[in-house]
Amino acid sequence: MNVIETEQLTKRFGTFTAVDHISFSVGEGEIFGFLGANGAGKTTAMRMLCGLSTPTSGSGKVAGFDIYKETELIKRHIGYMSQKFSLYGDLKVWENIRLYGGIYGLPEKRLKEKTDELLRVLDLEHERNTLVDALPLGWKQKLSFSVAVIHEPRIVFLDEPTGGVDPVTRRQFWELIYQAAQRGITVFVTTHYMDEAEYCNRVSIMVDGKIEALDSPAALKKTFKADNMNDVFRALARNAKRGE
Amino acid sequence: MLKYLLEKEFKQIKRDSFLPRIIFLLPILQLVILPFAANFEMRNINLSIVDNDHSVLSQQLREKVLSSGYFNLVDVSAKYDEALTSIESNKADIILEIPFRFEERLGREGGAEVLIAANSVNGTKGGMGSSYLSSILMDFNQEKGLSPAAGQMGGIRVTNLFNPHLNYKIYMVPGIMAFLLTIIGGFLSALNIVSEKEKGTIEQINVTPVPKALFLLSKLIPFWVIGLFLLTIGALVAWLVYGLIPVGHLGIIYLFAAVYLMAFTGFGLAISSISSSQQQAMFTAFFFFIIFLLLSGLFTPISSMPEWAQALTRFNPVRYLVEVMRMVYLKGSSLADMSGHFAIICLFAVFFNVLAVLSYRKNS
Repeated sequence: MNVIETEQLTKRFGTFTAVDHISFSVGEGEIFGFLGANGAGKTTAMRMLCGLSTPTSGSGKVAGFDIYKETELIKRHIGYMSQKFSLYGDLKVWENIRLYGGIYGLPEKRLKEKTDELLRVLDLEHERNTLVDALPLGWKQKLSFSVAVIHEPRIVFLDEPTGGVDPVTRRQFWELIYQAAQRGITVFVTTHYMDEAEYCNRVSIMVDGKIEALDSPAALKKTFKADNMNDVFRALARNAKRGE
Repeated sequence: MLKYLLEKEFKQIKRDSFLPRIIFLLPILQLVILPFAANFEMRNINLSIVDNDHSVLSQQLREKVLSSGYFNLVDVSAKYDEALTSIESNKADIILEIPFRFEERLGREGGAEVLIAANSVNGTKGGMGSSYLSSILMDFNQEKGLSPAAGQMGGIRVTNLFNPHLNYKIYMVPGIMAFLLTIIGGFLSALNIVSEKEKGTIEQINVTPVPKALFLLSKLIPFWVIGLFLLTIGALVAWLVYGLIPVGHLGIIYLFAAVYLMAFTGFGLAISSISSSQQQAMFTAFFFFIIFLLLSGLFTPISSMPEWAQALTRFNPVRYLVEVMRMVYLKGSSLADMSGHFAIICLFAVFFNVLAVLSYRKNS
């Protein structure tokens, strides 16, 4: 069963077409890698799926709900972690967990258990009362992820969750992703690290607003006669006109 | 859900390094300093006297004028032309010319004219100065038992109701309290949502199923509480510093303030929702506040504005609260007297908050 489906999804800003008629689907429980160079349109596409941005044309469904009319219903069933850290820096670690747990309707008692559990899993028990602003980036990112899945959503959208994070923390982060996937949460993730692309069940590669390739990492490597995802990415992104 | 959002807002306000201070300082500073500065009583009016008579009586008149405390004697000239130079060089505001044979004519003819000439570049000063001076002259006439003028005027007696001593501070303080509520309700809230936009935290909220109205309510309630708290400080300052206690019911003031704060917080939140930076929100709020303030009747009476400006003040919520505060504080008006004001402020509250909900977008 597909939890994400799009058909000719497009977003234009004036004359600029950020996302250009993309069609794809993501199955339940998949870890789906959404790759592309800077400016390829990944974030814009993701924001449309999350109900943060209204598409210009095309259609799409997330968790069975329409991305035009049922955005508030979609929001009940997804988690989202934006590229820019967006938890409250002036709230403590436990307070952020409590806020989002509360917003998603966790009952008071469950909220307390969940907070303890999260802090234990993240190994942040000693930082419970630290203001989030004071945490190192890697911990912030892990906390963001945990908050994004606090309500056990059907799908979690992660926008470059490991950008600027050290290799050890990246590893730990992917362990969290795997644990979530094991619990049945579909993971939709963008990344620039090609080793991370290898961890995904399937990946799509966007170039200049279009999806140029979509398959499992193994199949892509075969198609492009490449040894690793890095070479696959280069082969495709070489022709990109946009970029930094 | 609201409970968690409110917890968040209050914690953030408490941890803010700036907000709690401003909340305490603002009412105290404004109420202690502004009423003295915004005082329309004229003092230190510079007076130039041309005494052509040099009699005992003219000397007495001079002393009488100067002892009133409103005037500074800048010079005594021999001729009117000389006095005029000191007006031209901005040394004097008013000339009082006592004519030749002043004493003699008063005694013989029972009356004599003096000349008052005022520099009206500063219209208020000139106008107020000449009217002070005329009333002093009238007084002088009466004292000397030569008061045909007062007699001719039919003995008009002016009684000032509600503020018998025409104390400007008593008039200003309730108005300034209204303005305080406007600033707190409007400005602080205008900076709030947009600061979440700048930090990026709003993105995480927008991707949750929080209803827009609920999120805005969680922003409105804290400013509402702060505003009422501020009003309490304001009322205390008014009492302790100016001995001012509302003649009417304090409860009425709180009732009006409660609705008014909702209106202005809604106004601020609407500005915050459409702005993309704090700077933009600040200037937009500032733009409206200046207009609201000048058209509120706080500093200048609405009745002396041109008709088109008077019409504009009807769309100004500040005007209504300024009036209400003065009516309750000075006149002791009851709720029934001000039911029209109440209905209008309620309408503003609904209007601004609907505007806020409409202008806040969870998706772009």
